[in-house]
Amino acid sequence: MTFVRQFSHFAVSSARAAVTGSPAYWAWMVFLLVLVAIGAFAYAEQLRHGLGVTALRDQVSWGFYIGNFTFMVGVAAAAVIVVIPAYIYHWKPIREIVIFGELLAVSALVTCLLLVMVDIGRPERFWHLIPLVGYLNVPSSLLAWDVIVLNLYFAVNLVVVLHILYREFCGRPYVRSLVVPLVLFSIPMAISTHTVTAFLYNGVAARPYWNSSILAPQFLASAFSSGPAILIIVLQLLRRFTRFEIRNEALWKIGELMAYAVFLNLFLHGAEAFKEYYSNTEHLLHTRYWFQGLDGHRALVPYAWSAVALNFLALVLLIIPKTRMNLVTLNIGCVATYIGCYIEKGMGLILPGFTPSTLGEIYEYAATSVEVRVALGVYAVGALVFTAQLKVAVMILLGELRLEPRPEGTRADVPASPALPASGPNAHV
Amino acid sequence: MDEKPPKATRREFATCAAAAAAGFLLTACGPRRLHEVPPERLQRLVREMEREYSAKYGQDVTVSDAGPMPGVLFGYALDISRCIGCRRCVYACVEENNQSRDPQVQWIRVLQMEKERGIDFEHANPYYEPSEVPEDGHFYVPVQCQHCRNAPCTKVCPTGATWTEKDGIVVVDYDWCIGCRCCMSACPYGARQFNWRQPSIPEGDLNASTHYLGNRPRPRGVVEKCTFCIQRVRAGRYPACVEVCPVGARKFGNLLDPDSEIRYIIEHKRVMTLKRELNTMPKFFYFYGT
Repeated sequence: MTFVRQFSHFAVSSARAAVTGSPAYWAWMVFLLVLVAIGAFAYAEQLRHGLGVTALRDQVSWGFYIGNFTFMVGVAAAAVIVVIPAYIYHWKPIREIVIFGELLAVSALVTCLLLVMVDIGRPERFWHLIPLVGYLNVPSSLLAWDVIVLNLYFAVNLVVVLHILYREFCGRPYVRSLVVPLVLFSIPMAISTHTVTAFLYNGVAARPYWNSSILAPQFLASAFSSGPAILIIVLQLLRRFTRFEIRNEALWKIGELMAYAVFLNLFLHGAEAFKEYYSNTEHLLHTRYWFQGLDGHRALVPYAWSAVALNFLALVLLIIPKTRMNLVTLNIGCVATYIGCYIEKGMGLILPGFTPSTLGEIYEYAATSVEVRVALGVYAVGALVFTAQLKVAVMILLGELRLEPRPEGTRADVPASPALPASGPNAHV
Repeated sequence: MDEKPPKATRREFATCAAAAAAGFLLTACGPRRLHEVPPERLQRLVREMEREYSAKYGQDVTVSDAGPMPGVLFGYALDISRCIGCRRCVYACVEENNQSRDPQVQWIRVLQMEKERGIDFEHANPYYEPSEVPEDGHFYVPVQCQHCRNAPCTKVCPTGATWTEKDGIVVVDYDWCIGCRCCMSACPYGARQFNWRQPSIPEGDLNASTHYLGNRPRPRGVVEKCTFCIQRVRAGRYPACVEVCPVGARKFGNLLDPDSEIRYIIEHKRVMTLKRELNTMPKFFYFYGT
């Protein structure tokens, strides 16, 4: 089978490309591998002694891992923000960037799934979630839904990325009738992954801090802020270290879309804070714990206000055209958005939800070194996957990695695909 | 790709068939949710558990597989005006239900509240430690699993490892729980405990009379909770906390039996449930008997 031969050739060359590179590339990869090793050792400790090595207790039963998971689901949804204008509005410069958004989604999802794996008490039983072999409690369990949508979203992105790169590798244009529907499908998918993740918290009536219908829209707003933030930075790194060309207009367009999302995010937070403080019910305790502290427990307060300050700073820098179109201030805006959303959506969502506990107890959670190391290791895996994918993708898109010479009979097997307009991912190369 | 050689198709078919067979074998013979195992299989599993625990704890452990009795729906009532906050129920429960001693796991949490404020979780104190109880100006509200008719915890479980039995007892399958702790976030009563570390019970302290959905030894990394002493109540006995209470504040019985004490209390006293607004519909009632 020609396809099998070609595809294995594609896989082997890609793998080879991922492990060869400049000293700088290698230094980066080794650095990540060291982090992975640190994480693995910490995880081994957690496996040996149980989740008791974390700061989690019955009062605060989710913490650093699940907070990071929630944030990364948002990053994974980022692919969408670049996909929407590219495919719906045919806005050209952004189009070649779509593939990088999808690579980011794939790596972010790897990180998400690993963060859930390190959080569960019996990771060896994960197969209990697989339908038929195990039992997936749909439709009633939101976590079951989350498992479905995250994996589906992961699969869709992976297929699109693999297809585009493989076809490019073979020197053929991608199949429009496959890619366009899948990419269009990935838009509602991205929104639904994040909505379902929000519902995971939103549906819990026992935790008034989460049980607010503003949660899902606010999740989307913060995802559409933080995801593109990371993308803008990555794209600049990409054009610095490779021959890949990315136009400033594309970055500015993403920055503009980000500005709306950052504004919306702040607005929704403001609306929630107003409702809590003005109505001043007993539910206010959780919000007060976050912004003011409760009974002298003030560990989270500095984080709360730095998140607010960073998000406001980002809004100002991104909304003013002059600062948005200046790469220095644009980057400051992106970093501020990223950190602001990370704080507010990770720890800022999970911990106040649990504090005070349902029986009124205040247990002040602070992640242990094991938790931090394990999470760092997981992020390093994500970064490793992202770097390797990026390296291969760039080489293929630049034509440095090709199937040559073209094996005999290829042409005969391949149905003619329609010619593309001059704005495909490889158009300007 | 329309000239696919038939060989590959056959290979694909074989692969699919093998996968299907493996799937079938796993489903038929592999571990299953205790919720859905057929009775004969359950008996075998229970015998296996008995052998395992007996060897591990050096005691003659029995694991009952007694099912719900027809016409029985268990309910509980607690007289707040009688409770003196002595926590005897907490420790009787630990011994009866084989909770871990180190680290300590407790299914019952007694909250000390101020009489001036009434039932107010925000100002409740679970860590009161006077030399003598009750303290002036205070009253006590013990909280454990409320065995809700509309249980938020079973709804959120992604693997169906926790459910409500026909007699109204909410149970956990310790062999199926993956330890994701969704149920713990969902429970409005803090009634579920997680085994953060390896549970331990000193030698000889194990209550050898166990039930497969109740007090059998638990592994690390799974959730556990009050089962109304399923091993006792399905054998016609009272839960350990009811028996040990020195002031008779704890009442238990069959909600479907019109002559039961629990029905008398519900019909003649002013009963209430915790966090009514959440519509969890507990089968655990609180009342002021005097």
